[in-house]
Amino acid sequence: MEYKITTYNERETIEVAQNLESEKFPNMIICLEGELGSGKTMFTKGIANALGIKENITSPTFTIIKEYEGELPLYHMDVYRLNGNTDGIGIEEYFNKNGVVVIEWADTIKPILPKERIDIRFKVIGENKRVLVIRPYGQKYEDICEVIL
Amino acid sequence: MKDKYILAFETSCDETSISIIKNGYKEIATVVLSQIDIHAKFGGVVPETASRAHIENITIVIEEVLEKAKMKIEEIDAIAVTYGPGLIGSLLIGLVAAKTLSYIYNKPLVPVHHIAGHIYANNLVKPLEFPLIALVVSGGHTELILMEDEYSFKYIGGTVDDAVGEAYDKVARVLGLSYPGGPVIDELATTGVDIYNLPLPMDDSTFDFSFSGLKSAVINLNHNEKQRGNEINSANLATSFQNRVVEILTKKTMRALKKYDVNNLVLAGGVAANRGLRERLTELCRENEIDLTIPDIKYCTDNAAMIGAAGYYAYKLGRRFDGVLKAKPTDKLN
Repeated sequence: MEYKITTYNERETIEVAQNLESEKFPNMIICLEGELGSGKTMFTKGIANALGIKENITSPTFTIIKEYEGELPLYHMDVYRLNGNTDGIGIEEYFNKNGVVVIEWADTIKPILPKERIDIRFKVIGENKRVLVIRPYGQKYEDICEVIL
Repeated sequence: MKDKYILAFETSCDETSISIIKNGYKEIATVVLSQIDIHAKFGGVVPETASRAHIENITIVIEEVLEKAKMKIEEIDAIAVTYGPGLIGSLLIGLVAAKTLSYIYNKPLVPVHHIAGHIYANNLVKPLEFPLIALVVSGGHTELILMEDEYSFKYIGGTVDDAVGEAYDKVARVLGLSYPGGPVIDELATTGVDIYNLPLPMDDSTFDFSFSGLKSAVINLNHNEKQRGNEINSANLATSFQNRVVEILTKKTMRALKKYDVNNLVLAGGVAANRGLRERLTELCRENEIDLTIPDIKYCTDNAAMIGAAGYYAYKLGRRFDGVLKAKPTDKLN
């Protein structure tokens, strides 16, 4: 099953993130893909805000992983620089630390991603217009998509 | 007073660097094992490669630095080490090496924040004078720090999204230029004309910065011009981009100096090597009678000399390893 949502501005993209957050559970895995500037970090900011995180969400490109305390912990990753080489980074450890895991450029580390997860691809249509292609894997994530989409 | 020697470790990102610093300002020896060549072909730092290289190299670097200084480890007074922020795997290697030496040789272990190190790189040029404002700009950081006294740090503003060096890297990626993007764009910017209409990002009354929107503006511009069948002039775009970055950085820095009534400015971090930024700041500081310190280019990027300089002051203040010193990938400087 695949869902498509068109958003016309950042606010609408953030709303999708907030709706997704409202169905959160420990070890929720959210995988984001899309070119530079397509809105991945903005989407993560939406989730963080809904999680009640006061701290500013800054780009994790430099440190690969950033951790935040919220209603559930948020583990925000940008795995672009790994170039698919995940040995010894400890990314997998974050999949069962009872937080919400958001992975930018997740498509570059497909082999280590959990089977059950939600993939969101950001397609740039116009300056602010995006199509979000959402694909749930596993019953839990399928149910969430039924509820919020 | 007896001279104090600090053995300093810096492994937070893509360098394995160890230094011996005397009294916080005199560099006795530094050995840097730059891994930038390994990484260039990947279009970014590869942390796993970085970690592995650290493991292989750190003992060689320790031996080398002692030999270069003609010193024995017994003559060292304290060991300083970067504990964060940075890549967790890389940080751990420096930390474990420093901890181990500290146990074996019974030397005090002093934790140093990476940003404190960048600021104290300026102490290797001339003694810091307080109060001062530090503009810290690098691949992972964009921060304005107020220091009212030795080794006291107050965060007054910083990026809310991308770090400035990261914005350079990402814009370089869009333009198909090499990594790291800073030096390439800086160089290109000297040859172009500021003709592209890019926004001045987060031009408000705060001391925070935002570079994500500027990056998006470059991406959109590039995309739109391509769709119209126009060729983007990389030099002109580099100039336009760099001008906006330099303008917002200098504008907020000068305002911070005024607000906090401070006459000393230090520039720090890898982006301090940016010629456009150095020139504009020098000009503004001359006009406003601000005493500006810029570290030598070799101290701008990550290096252990700066950790040794900061470590000396942390050591004097009695900062020590508390028994549970851990690597902290995202710790804020306070």
